[in-house]
Amino acid sequence: MASEEPRFDGRGGKWIGASVRRREDPRLVTGRGRFVDDIHLHGMLHAGFVRATVAHGKITELDLSAAREVDGVVAAYSAEDLQLGDMVALLDRPPEEFTPTTMPILARGKVRFVGEPIALVIAKDPYAVEDGIEAAQVGYEVLDAVVSEETALAEDAPLVHEDAPSNVLLDVTSFDTPGVDEAFADGCVIELVTRSGRQNALPLETRGAVASWDDRDEQLLVQTCSQVPHQVRTVLARSLRIPERSVRVVVPDMGGGFGQKCVVGREEIAVAAAAKLLRRPVKWIEDRSEALASGFLAREQRYRTRAAFTEDGQLTALESDIVCDMGAYSCYPFTVGIEPLMAAAEMPSVYRVPAYRVRARAITSNKAPTAPYRGVSRPQYVMVMERIMDLAARRLGLDPVEIRRRNVITEFPYTGINKVTYDPGSYLESLELGEKILRDEGWYDLRGKNPHIGIGYSCFSERTGYGSEAFAKRKMTVVPGFDVSEIRMDLTGSVVVTSGTINHGQSHETTFAQIVAERLGVDLAKVKLRQGDTERISYGWGTFASRSVTIGGSAVATAATRLGEQLCVIAAHLLDTRVENVGLDGDGGVIQLDDPDRRLSFEEIADVAYLRSHLLPKEAEPTLTATAAFDVPGDGTFSNATHAVVVEADPGTGQVKILRYACVEDCGVVINPKVVDGQARGGIAQGIAGALFEEVTYAENGEPSAASFIDYLVPTAAEIPDITVDHLETPCAFTESGAKGAGEGGTIGAPAAVLNAVNDLLWRTGVQLEQTPIHPEAVLAALTAADREKAGTGA
Amino acid sequence: MTDKQLIVLTVNGEEHELLVEPRWTLLDVLRHNVGLTGTHVGCEHGVCGACTILVDGEPVRACLMYAVQAEGCAIRTVEDLGTPEEPNDLQQAFSEHHGLQCGFCTPGFLMLAEGFLAQEPSPTREEIRETVSSNLCRCTGYQTIVDAIEATAAKRTGRKEDAVR
Repeated sequence: MASEEPRFDGRGGKWIGASVRRREDPRLVTGRGRFVDDIHLHGMLHAGFVRATVAHGKITELDLSAAREVDGVVAAYSAEDLQLGDMVALLDRPPEEFTPTTMPILARGKVRFVGEPIALVIAKDPYAVEDGIEAAQVGYEVLDAVVSEETALAEDAPLVHEDAPSNVLLDVTSFDTPGVDEAFADGCVIELVTRSGRQNALPLETRGAVASWDDRDEQLLVQTCSQVPHQVRTVLARSLRIPERSVRVVVPDMGGGFGQKCVVGREEIAVAAAAKLLRRPVKWIEDRSEALASGFLAREQRYRTRAAFTEDGQLTALESDIVCDMGAYSCYPFTVGIEPLMAAAEMPSVYRVPAYRVRARAITSNKAPTAPYRGVSRPQYVMVMERIMDLAARRLGLDPVEIRRRNVITEFPYTGINKVTYDPGSYLESLELGEKILRDEGWYDLRGKNPHIGIGYSCFSERTGYGSEAFAKRKMTVVPGFDVSEIRMDLTGSVVVTSGTINHGQSHETTFAQIVAERLGVDLAKVKLRQGDTERISYGWGTFASRSVTIGGSAVATAATRLGEQLCVIAAHLLDTRVENVGLDGDGGVIQLDDPDRRLSFEEIADVAYLRSHLLPKEAEPTLTATAAFDVPGDGTFSNATHAVVVEADPGTGQVKILRYACVEDCGVVINPKVVDGQARGGIAQGIAGALFEEVTYAENGEPSAASFIDYLVPTAAEIPDITVDHLETPCAFTESGAKGAGEGGTIGAPAAVLNAVNDLLWRTGVQLEQTPIHPEAVLAALTAADREKAGTGA
Repeated sequence: MTDKQLIVLTVNGEEHELLVEPRWTLLDVLRHNVGLTGTHVGCEHGVCGACTILVDGEPVRACLMYAVQAEGCAIRTVEDLGTPEEPNDLQQAFSEHHGLQCGFCTPGFLMLAEGFLAQEPSPTREEIRETVSSNLCRCTGYQTIVDAIEATAAKRTGRKEDAVR
């Protein structure tokens, strides 16, 4: 193609790098968005689930006859009535490493967590659904519940899945390199056990779906809030035993997902099956108490870690035993391996680790199952690595920033002990800028004067361009990675571009349009993104793992380039010149390079492509469309950041308040700074939530503590501080857009930075806290004991 | 339980004759019977504030009020603030300051802010933050929501001062 064509270099430009106003806003700020619950179809029925009230039990009775008699109830179905195929998520690993388990769509014979769906009630309105659910009779023979790591791993433990040999569903020793024992024999050894509480990703819009059967298309239409519509289609087709063409999945506006919606929910399948049986539209909207107790959860992990350092602060070995409590079932398609495998492979983070040994296990328990949640394990292992750095710094008399400086990777590309190759980043630069911000603003001076103020850092990288090669290493049998895009120009020179990724707050309609506008040289107003419809897009992996702009955006950029080439071929023919002698003019047209006065607008070219195709050159096909697929090769791309935090503890209550939060991040080329800032701040808010507030705990019988927002503490504007975001830009070499992902970093960095800051102020007390959320009681106890001791010594 | 009664609701200046069950919440009736879906369902127990509307000028959780209780009240929902072609100043400020991402909680924040600014036209940033803390947002980290409301307050009072002069 024409070498003179304005080449997108990934840096700057008219549209790339501009904080253009979001194109999704006009409908969303005026209440004209369309979320799943806003969909109303003629003749629509409503659905709800009879859910388990015990954590572990045999179903001895399931009588839906009274439910069926309730005024307004149309049908009630058990697993037996629906006869659906189970969901099975697999890893291609030997039986000693991975035990596959099945997740039935409705519980059969046994329930494994409080909130597990047992039966489906369909009624004329949602109130009658509730009446029907209340009338359903369920009896149980209660079994001992597995709610702790100790119970799960005990010799005589009750089995959550009786066909599995134990409650350990995944057990891998991913690395055991030479040199570990030697390093521990003569180094300074840091040991710690860290724990993080079970959290709910908690999108403000709960899960939900509207399913309808269309006799004309012989097709099931499922409108659902899912981050992965194509995978929902696959599971629907398999579970209902119908061809994929008989299922269309459409995702309307989505009120957040954060990973909770990137797995297939059993409820979506059951509702679709009911709609097909009844030949009537059926809507299911999860209520908040269902979402809190039985929505997919995440994060409950324990790390038993040892690290060896030389006297001058060089990390020489790392050893960790990781246990992740994955709850009752393997989520589809990621399995119970999602958290432990991520942790084991990427724990060394931004540091040079010469010797590494890691064992990672997934245990099953009688708790709500887990799914990926923004950051996936990285908030936890970054917490470990950053705690190690702080503890080693204290032990060796080094400054926490200095010990990091001595250990961060500075030469790129760098292949770590974990066999992962990191692309260039700004690990050291972000750390130094983070520290400079706090020093320049006088926070160190303030800390010197006030014993209740602490400073903490976290320095980390995150793989954001997870291509299929990187996922294949994990040995999933369903391997995500590529994405596709089709672009189509119409007679008015406007383009519609599709993507297999899904927007649920990340501003795709704006940033993807910016990419196309830049690449094709059209006004932003001429570009429309369509996504989230399995009929429009041949296949897509949806939005998770910060992959949208890196992979989806690269597919979009490539498709736009191809369309540009096509426009040039036709224009050259019409201008009667060689294709090498034309190029996009950046303003909606193609010019002849040796005579810029000779120009054809896209409208003029489109007129020929559609309405006078007899004028087209031989090598061009009628219409203006192009498609592209994109995958990130190798180990992918790594965004990085440093978070620098100042906290103050209230000596009277133990409450921790964040006084200053600075984020220095590098996600490569920034397409829209305002959007990236928003991703960082929102992510940090969720990270702070994990550090200080949110946790689903379970009673001994497996009853969850969080059934409402009274028990589950979501931080509000009063708890989340203003956050500054500084950008460093190390362009990505592997992606078409030069961008790396930006969705998860905030959530990854916050828990470690906050925990370090709290421990900084607690250091004088002799107590260090190694778990999240950090409870005020624990902070208060440490402060009070220290103050008492001080008073005692003073007296 | 399912006995229905006829009520008249005044929503955004328009009267709606509705046959409702006494147990139906104002939120459900606005969404499903009046057909105004801009008011969103977030928690149905009065904590998240996604369903915030104005009832006689006061921000109210539509999930905590029954429709039958709202007869005779002036109800305002997000659809009354502006249209996609002509959003009002507060809606524009939310967009300008990136005060929304997924947009699900946004109508609730807008109605909360609209009611608040009517009562307190010149709030401090801290007062805005405190008021905003009655609603939940999971995307933005709140800062840009506070920014948007602060900017709107400044513009509105600036305008008023101009008018006085």
